[in-house]
Amino acid sequence: MTTPPLLDLDLVFVTGKGGTGKTTVAAALAEVAAASGRRTLVCAMDAKGALATAFDVGRLDFVPTEVAPNLHAMTMSTEEALREYLRLFVRIPLLARIGPLASTFDFVADAAPGVKEILAIGKLTYEVQEEHYDLVVVDAEATGHVVSQIAAPKVIAELVKVGLVREQTQWMLDILEDPARTGVVVTTTPEEMPVIETIELLDKLAADTGTSASAVVANRVLPTNFNRNELAIAQRLEDIVDELTAIAGDGVGAVLDAAQILERRRAVGAEHLDRLRSHLDEIDLPMLHIGELFARSHGRRVVNQVAEQLADELGADAAPAGDRMGPR
Amino acid sequence: MTGLDALLASREMILVTGSGGVGKTTIAAALGLAAVERQQRSVLVVTVDPARRLATALGLDGIGNTPIEVDPTAFSDAGVDIRGRLHVAMLDTKAGWDELIRRHAPDAATRDAVLANPLYDNLTGRFVHSHDYLAMEQLHDLHATGTYDLVIVDTPPSRNALSILDAPGRMADFFGSRLLRWLTVPYRSRLFSAASRPFQQIADRILGSRFLQDIADFFILFQRMERGFVRRAREVEALIADPRTSFVVVTTLEAAPAHEARFLIEELNARRLPLGAVVANRVLPDHLADRAATDAAATLLEVVGDVDDQRIDEAARRLDVEASRLRRVLAKAATRFDDVSMVASREVDRRDELAALVEPLIPVPWSSGDVHDLAGLASIAERLRDG
Repeated sequence: MTTPPLLDLDLVFVTGKGGTGKTTVAAALAEVAAASGRRTLVCAMDAKGALATAFDVGRLDFVPTEVAPNLHAMTMSTEEALREYLRLFVRIPLLARIGPLASTFDFVADAAPGVKEILAIGKLTYEVQEEHYDLVVVDAEATGHVVSQIAAPKVIAELVKVGLVREQTQWMLDILEDPARTGVVVTTTPEEMPVIETIELLDKLAADTGTSASAVVANRVLPTNFNRNELAIAQRLEDIVDELTAIAGDGVGAVLDAAQILERRRAVGAEHLDRLRSHLDEIDLPMLHIGELFARSHGRRVVNQVAEQLADELGADAAPAGDRMGPR
Repeated sequence: MTGLDALLASREMILVTGSGGVGKTTIAAALGLAAVERQQRSVLVVTVDPARRLATALGLDGIGNTPIEVDPTAFSDAGVDIRGRLHVAMLDTKAGWDELIRRHAPDAATRDAVLANPLYDNLTGRFVHSHDYLAMEQLHDLHATGTYDLVIVDTPPSRNALSILDAPGRMADFFGSRLLRWLTVPYRSRLFSAASRPFQQIADRILGSRFLQDIADFFILFQRMERGFVRRAREVEALIADPRTSFVVVTTLEAAPAHEARFLIEELNARRLPLGAVVANRVLPDHLADRAATDAAATLLEVVGDVDDQRIDEAARRLDVEASRLRRVLAKAATRFDDVSMVASREVDRRDELAALVEPLIPVPWSSGDVHDLAGLASIAERLRDG
């Protein structure tokens, strides 16, 4: 398996079925990048606050907050992206009056295909274009919606024949469709539905956009505890439960049950991941593994631990390429 | 008759709600099975996100919009006795929108124009949370046929699991809104007020006037279907609020889903909607959280580490295995136990929190992988019944 050069990209979308650790992985990837000396921006696409929680801050805004050296975090806001867009490209005066217009625009943006998405994609690709950061990590929408977002410039280019937005879709597409610049990371857990959705998402991404997937991250993977011989013994411990109870007390039954349950969950999970791995081998996409943390950590500590594992998976020496070293 | 049987016997509609990934589809199907096992009712399970194996488990080639009855012989083959009849249907949102347009269009010309509009594909996927709205329209239809004594609905996954309830209201509001009226005024009309002109100019520059006209054209057409949509939206709202409808919340005991479940329970209470039961899926056995278990693990670790302790050697002889291997296996099991015990304790806490909010809270243990067949579904149905 080739180690994906995720840290050398300019823009990474991290997506995955709800509950598979997408936000944690996005935050961890950003942390690894920042620690390697890269100026990093991580952006949450919804306002639910999961990314803020991951960094143990109360809230995140459209204007980035520095949450660690080299690491800035923000939340997307279509209204503020619109304001910025108008200020930069349309130059309308008296922005104060944009308030009511923005909420009207919000409604139209909801109805009109691609409009809301393109404001978000436009903001992200703008940051890449302007080289304010070495890496932009997006804590993207869950599986279904992220493809519509990434496809927005293409959709708009097809539906809208003239106008400012149409002219600008091309430079966005130049960034989005270059696999050396933009990639998509899909998170999953070793479970049936997440694996199915991962495969479907990869197909949809390939069908509807020109953007490449870079890697799949399998999260919450249970480690192999017993080797084959040990497993054979573990499965027979019931036969000596009386002896063990005499040694360690009544609670021993629970200890044996736990070992069985864990091993069964691990085995079933491994089957699901094997199925996914075969599919990924066919399309030459690597899979990274993050181990189960067993709810021992919260908030920032979880992100730190996942970042450690991710750094290992990406290769110990994650220092940035020569021309990116040093302050900008 | 248990609480659950009473619920399944008395209701005409049960909405199964909860976050994504908690096993709602399996539980909804198991509830359907539990219903036909005990009652002579005709039951329909409507599922929106089926595990691919559910169709196979029920002996069906596939599940579509139109309800299919599960072959009674499939039950007897699996050793399951039933008294009622079980049907399944799936919500297919794309087909559903076309169907809705056909149904609500006032004439053939409007219908064709809408279906042919270049924005139709994009728009129907997007606004007024169409998945949710379609689910409710389909439910309305199924209920209105009177064919089924009980309809069990596996609700669509959405960020807010109760947004399905708001869908009819939003649809009705949309048609009444000033914004829709604004959108459908002819683009270059003198009727445009001075206030909206700046927006038009900006939008024109950014998006191009053809695009705005296309959108306006679409909504003008769409507005012709207002009466049909709004009337049905109100009917669906009445159906949800009816005393013969009840809710079942499904969750696991992990942090995020349990948190969402708590929110759902409070929201249902606030809206005065009846909550029939909460199902906690994939739970770990209670005794894993016991103090005695943690103590046993610690003792075991000590004992296996003590080479002078003969008891392990004796046990190894009983099992006919090498003592050193047994020590290693026990050490691993004991070391790993700490992790599992912590997760189990957290689960017990969350379960107690939820049980304090509503009764009954029905725990369903994790089975090896998802349900593959009727026998598996039947054992879940039994657990649900045991409460």
